[in-house]
Amino acid sequence: MSEVMRTEASLSDTTMLEVSNLKRYFDVSRPFLNRVLEGAPRQILKAVNGIDFKIKKGETFSLVGESGCGKSTVARLIVGLYAPTEGKIEFEGRNIGGLSRREMAPLRRRLQMIFQDPYASLNPRWRVRDIIAEPLRAFDLESDEVGIERRVGELLSFVKLTPADGEKFPHEFSGGQRQRISIARALASQPDFLVCDEPTSALDVSVQAQILNLMKDLQREFELTYLFISHNLAVVYHISDRVGVMYLGQLAEVAPATTLFRDPRHPYTRMLLDTIPDLDMTGRQRMPVAGEVPNPITPPSGCSFHPRCPFATDRCKSEAPLPRDLGSEVFVACHGVEENRIPRGPVIDAPPALR
Amino acid sequence: MALLEVHDLVVEFPTRRGVLTAVDEISLHIDEGEVLGVVGESGAGKSMTGNAIIGLLEPPGRIARGEILLDGRRIDNLPYDQMRTIRGKEIGAIFQDPLTSLNPLYTVGEQLVETIQTHTDMTPTQARARALELLIEVGIPAPERRVDQYPHQFSGGMRQRVVIALALCVNPRLIVADEPTTALDVSIQAQIIALLKRLCSEHGTAVMLVTHDMGVIAETADRVAVMYAGRIAEVGPVKQVVKRARHPYTHGLMGSIPVIGHDADRLTQIEGAMPRLTDIPTGCAFNPRCPQATDRCLRDRPEPMPTEDGQVACWLFEKEAAHV
Amino acid sequence: MAMAEQTTPKPVQAPKGGAAAGGAMARFFDGDVWHSFKNSPITVVAAVVTVTIFLAALFAPIVSPHDPYDLMLLDVMDSFMPPVWEADGDPRFLIGTDDQGRDMLSTIIYGSRASLFIGFASVLLSIVLGVGLGLVSGFRGGMVDAFIMRVAEIQLSFPTILIALLINGVLRGVFPVEQQADVAYAVLILSIGVSGWVQYARTVRGSTMVERSKEYVQAAHVIGIHPTLIALRHILPNVMGPVLVIATIHLAVAVISEATLSFLGVGVPPTEPSLGTLIRIGNDFLFSGEWWIAIFPGAALAILVLAVNLLGDWLRDALNPKLR
Repeated sequence: MSEVMRTEASLSDTTMLEVSNLKRYFDVSRPFLNRVLEGAPRQILKAVNGIDFKIKKGETFSLVGESGCGKSTVARLIVGLYAPTEGKIEFEGRNIGGLSRREMAPLRRRLQMIFQDPYASLNPRWRVRDIIAEPLRAFDLESDEVGIERRVGELLSFVKLTPADGEKFPHEFSGGQRQRISIARALASQPDFLVCDEPTSALDVSVQAQILNLMKDLQREFELTYLFISHNLAVVYHISDRVGVMYLGQLAEVAPATTLFRDPRHPYTRMLLDTIPDLDMTGRQRMPVAGEVPNPITPPSGCSFHPRCPFATDRCKSEAPLPRDLGSEVFVACHGVEENRIPRGPVIDAPPALR
Repeated sequence: MALLEVHDLVVEFPTRRGVLTAVDEISLHIDEGEVLGVVGESGAGKSMTGNAIIGLLEPPGRIARGEILLDGRRIDNLPYDQMRTIRGKEIGAIFQDPLTSLNPLYTVGEQLVETIQTHTDMTPTQARARALELLIEVGIPAPERRVDQYPHQFSGGMRQRVVIALALCVNPRLIVADEPTTALDVSIQAQIIALLKRLCSEHGTAVMLVTHDMGVIAETADRVAVMYAGRIAEVGPVKQVVKRARHPYTHGLMGSIPVIGHDADRLTQIEGAMPRLTDIPTGCAFNPRCPQATDRCLRDRPEPMPTEDGQVACWLFEKEAAHV
Repeated sequence: MAMAEQTTPKPVQAPKGGAAAGGAMARFFDGDVWHSFKNSPITVVAAVVTVTIFLAALFAPIVSPHDPYDLMLLDVMDSFMPPVWEADGDPRFLIGTDDQGRDMLSTIIYGSRASLFIGFASVLLSIVLGVGLGLVSGFRGGMVDAFIMRVAEIQLSFPTILIALLINGVLRGVFPVEQQADVAYAVLILSIGVSGWVQYARTVRGSTMVERSKEYVQAAHVIGIHPTLIALRHILPNVMGPVLVIATIHLAVAVISEATLSFLGVGVPPTEPSLGTLIRIGNDFLFSGEWWIAIFPGAALAILVLAVNLLGDWLRDALNPKLR
């Protein structure tokens, strides 16, 4: 069933969003005075350090990775909350990276975002109807207040709330309901593209299921394209057509979801898959992954994953790998894969020194 | 005899709108060396149960009724000082956020040494040696250097290891771990779980593992208690609860978790949300969300009924329970 | 309520504070703030005292037994009358008269009116200045923020009363002597108001920086709302909580500042005395036996400031959930 769904989705080959060599650096240095007096060096955090991917119309593309890998920064770059330091973000062929607020205005209606924390993403002092009506007013989508009221009621019913809920304040709702309100606000301007930044990670599992189901229904109904950001591999598997695995600001691997989870190629992807708890109770023990994510301000030389990688060679320590097209829409940035020396198979062993 | 026994525990919060019951007559036990998972969604009362056991209920929360027995001895009505000794010596605690469990003003070594010296009569040199030993045991690299560092110099995963070392200082017989992996990245989660499991089997420590994460429960716990709205819905061996859940809530909960390799277009979904403490439905608290609810579920509250290997609080299993 | 809203759509463009206020009132009387007010007898007393003084000041022409501003009604024969309970007391003047024969009670009521008017007006000026600059500072960041905060720090390194005196002196220098009586109020309000903005600015800047990074603000950016509107509609209402607390305590400070300036002779003229002016006048007679001319205005000032301060302290605690 879902195999059918996935193929259907990939039938469309129109590229909706394309990101090339996207970079975003943050200056995280101490204040000027401290740098002068204490001799503290200037410090640059390379949150996103040169990534490329395409998102096709109607599909769900996910970025997955551990905290600090830069996936949320990518989300914010695409909706224009940050300007890229370098690189291009093309929305239907037009570069939207670093556009001014005025230039971006016509595109914003079509490019909306759902946030992670349902307790912070709604203004506590606004009524729900005003929260949902804000995009309608900003984009001037309804001619009068009657139209706005009707549309807000409609949007609330899309997300399985009632028009009467519009009179309430956010604090009167549970986390899951707030996330529905957030989705209703994102849908208000009838967007084509939704950036979803960890939309379920603050929710309980039973509520997460409700939201994921709702998002799938809405995608079908409104022909939405999703960029889905998550650290939860099982959620990513469930919702995605294609997946990009991020590590320290770079893409380690991009592949269709089923391929990625059945046949992971990059050692980091395989390592992540090994950490997934086993709910089938097959008795498989999850492999503790060795080491921790390095400080992104001082990333390792060469391939940034090499200190944790059991297959690292001298080349990995000195030379950063570039993504290579392995065919069937699989892209992997790994010298080992290129040199064909990474065994394929489900479980890899961590180097004993790091265990 | 069980190491820890909880009988009909009731935890209440007096508010000016009336008394809220956060934990409502729950009973459970943990055997020596056993890992009991307590799982539930937010508001189920799982953390409250854990806090009641270690005597750290935040005021105005209070144990209204029931008993907590450690090794047959009541510990729920002890004065604060005696409970503090028990917390150091016999029950260890691990919390979700390792930063709040560590004092930022003291080095990791100082905190370990202080805890060890409070509960044993070791000399400072002996205590420091023991602290180093503990850091090695919880897998902290270069412990000789790390022991003199402050908590902020440790990463999240390493901090949680230090907290585990603190909990293990005096070889407690029971560890209450409240969401010990929730604040950590997936890859670090697996490390901490593996560490907890290894230490407990080596020392024969019993663990009460409180979490919302079924995955963590599935690979760590021996038995699971599923909580819903302050009550235990179901208790049983982990495999049975995860694979063949009895209670409709557990069943729905398991179905709502996406699993890699399971190709379902839609996840099973339990409609609605856990009731707030202020309006818990009469009868079975789950009845408004239960697809199999009957008139009786709206009226009478089901008590936990014995099954062949556990308990389930659901009228659907009344007949089965009668045969056990 | 929802129905009524549907039938009569309001022609408003943006959500207005008024729309939220109806719900806010209901929530207030149901909420924790009202509850903590009811349960604090000292606060209730302070509130009653404050409200009484406010009302007396507001309706001074009605409640005062005499009109101290009307020179025609004054009689030098009535000057230096002691309070009624003293030997030479006159029943017309409950707490005596001053050197010009004005009824003390009436001058105190009118004096409070002057003091409170200047107090409120300068607090308002401070709020407008401080909240505005703090909002800009926190929202814009960078050089603008650095500049505003350096100015604030420089001002903070001088005593407030010194700043007020300085501004007062400069402003008085600007106007010719004959006009000074007319502009006395404005000069006082400006000098006290400008000297008090820093605390608002620093507090609002801090809260603004917290709110600015919250996701609801990012959501507004994604919609493309103009940054100025985001600051005004989204952030401003969410940073006003602490401002209310500061304003209450600041009112007491402003009244004291006014009294100090008037006592020093650079405040309101003796023809329309404030509490500070009254104390200054009384000070001349304090050691010649006419103690009531200084003591009663002094006591009125002390009671007013104490009551307002108590209210402010309570408000701070009530709005800070951590202290509850």
